[in-house]
Amino acid sequence: MQKSANGQAQTEAHGHRPEGLRRWLTTTNHKDIGTLYLWFSFTMFIVGGIMALIIRAELFQPGLQLIEPERYNQIVTLHGLIMVFGAIMPAFVGFANWMIPLQIGASDMAFGRLNNWSFWLLIPASLLLVTSLFVPGGAAGVGWTLYPPLSIQMGMGMDLAIFSVHILGISSILGSINIITTVLNLRAPGMTMLKMPMFAWTWLITAFLIIAVMPVFAGAVTMLLTDRHFGTSFFSAAGGGDPVLYQHVFWFFGHPEVYIVILPGFGIISHVIPAFSRKPLFGYTSMVYATASIAILSFFVWGHHMFTSGMPVAGQIFYMYATMLIAVPTGVKVFNWTATMWRGALTFETPMLFAIGFIFLFVMGGFSGLVLAMTAVDVQMHNTYYVVAHFHYTMVAGALFSAFAAVYYWLPKWTGHMYSEMLGKVHFWLTMIFFNMTFFVQHFLGLAGMPRRIPDYALQFADFNAISSIGAFGLGLSQLLFLYIVITCIKGGPKAEAKPWDGAEGLEWEVASPAPYHTWETQPVIK
Amino acid sequence: MTRQVRSVSVPHLAGLWALALLSKAADAAYALNFQEPATLIAKEIYNLNMWMMEICVTIFILVFGVMLYSIIRHRKSAGGKPALFHENTKIEILWTVIPIAILIAVAWPVTKTLLAMRDSSNADITIKVTGYQWKWGYDYLKGEGAGIKFMSILATPQAQLDGKAPREENYLLQVDNHMVVPVNKKVRILTTSNDVIHSWYVPALAIQQDAMPGFIRDAWFRADREGIFRGQCAQLCGKGHGYMPIVVEVVPEEKYAAWVAEQRKKMATGAEDQNKVWQLAELIQHGEAVYTKNCVACHQADGKGIPSVFPALDGSKIATGAKIGHIKTVLSGRPGTAMAAFGPQLSDTDIAAVITYERNAWSNKSGDAIQPSEVKAERR
Repeated sequence: MQKSANGQAQTEAHGHRPEGLRRWLTTTNHKDIGTLYLWFSFTMFIVGGIMALIIRAELFQPGLQLIEPERYNQIVTLHGLIMVFGAIMPAFVGFANWMIPLQIGASDMAFGRLNNWSFWLLIPASLLLVTSLFVPGGAAGVGWTLYPPLSIQMGMGMDLAIFSVHILGISSILGSINIITTVLNLRAPGMTMLKMPMFAWTWLITAFLIIAVMPVFAGAVTMLLTDRHFGTSFFSAAGGGDPVLYQHVFWFFGHPEVYIVILPGFGIISHVIPAFSRKPLFGYTSMVYATASIAILSFFVWGHHMFTSGMPVAGQIFYMYATMLIAVPTGVKVFNWTATMWRGALTFETPMLFAIGFIFLFVMGGFSGLVLAMTAVDVQMHNTYYVVAHFHYTMVAGALFSAFAAVYYWLPKWTGHMYSEMLGKVHFWLTMIFFNMTFFVQHFLGLAGMPRRIPDYALQFADFNAISSIGAFGLGLSQLLFLYIVITCIKGGPKAEAKPWDGAEGLEWEVASPAPYHTWETQPVIK
Repeated sequence: MTRQVRSVSVPHLAGLWALALLSKAADAAYALNFQEPATLIAKEIYNLNMWMMEICVTIFILVFGVMLYSIIRHRKSAGGKPALFHENTKIEILWTVIPIAILIAVAWPVTKTLLAMRDSSNADITIKVTGYQWKWGYDYLKGEGAGIKFMSILATPQAQLDGKAPREENYLLQVDNHMVVPVNKKVRILTTSNDVIHSWYVPALAIQQDAMPGFIRDAWFRADREGIFRGQCAQLCGKGHGYMPIVVEVVPEEKYAAWVAEQRKKMATGAEDQNKVWQLAELIQHGEAVYTKNCVACHQADGKGIPSVFPALDGSKIATGAKIGHIKTVLSGRPGTAMAAFGPQLSDTDIAAVITYERNAWSNKSGDAIQPSEVKAERR
């Protein structure tokens, strides 16, 4: 579009949009949809968080205080499914919607209506999950992995979970198609692949992972459905099937899935660290290759989730070596971030604190992952609280901390206001301290042999469980402060400049703050 | 820890595990590491984990030492001017190659231990372990004691679970029948399951092996000291998952021989019982005990079940209808539901007694006395 007086008027006309509910229901604007995704994600984060607090309250001391064992199992299952599919994945899709078009100089996502549809699919999917708690027999009490034959025994709550997974899968596949098309086709002239922002790169790779594995998961749960209702025996030995087949199919999806929830976070950290170090990202090209290697390797390591399921020793050795190999590209990333900080001019605003916290905790989660990769040692720790601690160090500290870094980093761009730096720092330190209080002690519980997913435990585990529960409540309550910071920032606050961070790089800082409803109608040219 | 376990270099660990400080002050209830190993393999695993931990802590200190130096010295407020470098091929190759070398150094000893763990040949005793919702069954198949079989069920009293009685030291880790094995003998464990996936997990013996319905998996151990080793089911298997502990009792050889003789005698008495004709009151009394061990988790002590999850027995069609239907249900279970087939788990006497109890308890007042012979007749 030409930037004439006439064109300007046309832009204004474009700005007309339905107000109120209709704006949000019918919107095809990437910023509106990004906002919807982010609020949805935060809502599910609270729902899943309340479930986590019910779990921790029950485990505060030995004995059953709050809920019956079958309810406990249901809440453990829903906590997992909601946090992975309702909170983490939509949060990153929200960031992608908001930021990828801004970062690559595109006026919107490639498919506006598809974008709207992939968001609104999330609502029925999440309702199916949450309401399954209230159907006869309750929700599926089988763990987020939905292992048969236990999942065959469940009531209709299991069917609701299966349909929910189907819908969530469709939503994320559509979202991924949109992101891939946008990144590959709508980049500003002159922005070659190797000039692309890291966040766009990591999302491009993540989107391919999603398209590759979500259909596999959908297939696995469909087989569960037919085993439950139509007399097939995919997973029942009595009919010639094998319960372990489900585990193979599930983890072929499940392992790439853990990189789906972490790779976009890597991208965010790769923006925040250089911005507050005032220095370009060290080893951009090797970052891209490391991300791609992690994604490719993720397809060959699923067996490490099944070291105790029974497999030939050659299989165990293969999966052990392949898993250990992932440490190499992951190490490259950590070294690159450290080298970016080296001899920079560092300041420690909230996004930077969360980014450094991310690296610190994620490396700890990586190390415990390396320990778990060693098959012989894993047998002692499999299905214990050590595993629970490990994946919360990678998923909470990894995905959640990077999401917080992203929110604080881009909030001025979204709202046009600066958030309260002081409160942001308080939020960081509370989250950091309570997170470690909750999950660090769980390593010891696992080493001592406490199995996971039990509602009551032996007395020797009592002290660390009490510490962990107190930490969990602190962690949960600290997030209300986050909500307060975000809401006050939306309502007002010091005016944010187009580029509020002096070290930040990228096209998103060249549009005004708050970002106008339509941006980059004339594509910028990258030299 | 025992002397055989390699001592840990304290400075290494103290760096990362800041809680080590805390643990000194705290009492022994804070276990910070694996349970004390009772087999050679468990010791190797203990040492591997410590060794890996030392490597991790060293790398951690190096990486974050560099980062901390940057944070202190390269901050803007300290007058730091940003450098402009953004790549260095030499260092990038170096920090790819060095981790690979470390990984190879780690992989070698782990592989050796793994191969030893998986070699279950030439066992002295073979025991089949069957997971049930929610208890364990043990069948001694080969070696001294072959032919012994029994069930092993949580023995922690209900009052302790409800918090109405003080909890004992081994709360939730007690069973009625221990799995007894002799010390210094290679014991091979075959795991399988009757219903859903369970996992037989005894930390001190370094065994965790899933029990798969319809398949057999194996593992082994050779305990090098006597003692009682406790573990739990490690795979979520339904509402009773937290209530199916494992207790392995390792005893000297003579004591094991005595235990075998005692078990044989018990089984012989059990066989005689089946031909006896029982009185109604006797059956109800025995049946209540069987019910409490096997049925109460789902159908509840008051026979009301859990609405829309586990059906009630009080006033139910099966418990008040024809005897034969009731016997068949208990023997063969209900496929596709949590109702297991108790035929393979319980003796004719136990089944006859529990059915008699169910038909005469609560508001069910049929007056039927089911004899073991009637159950036997229905077995295929």
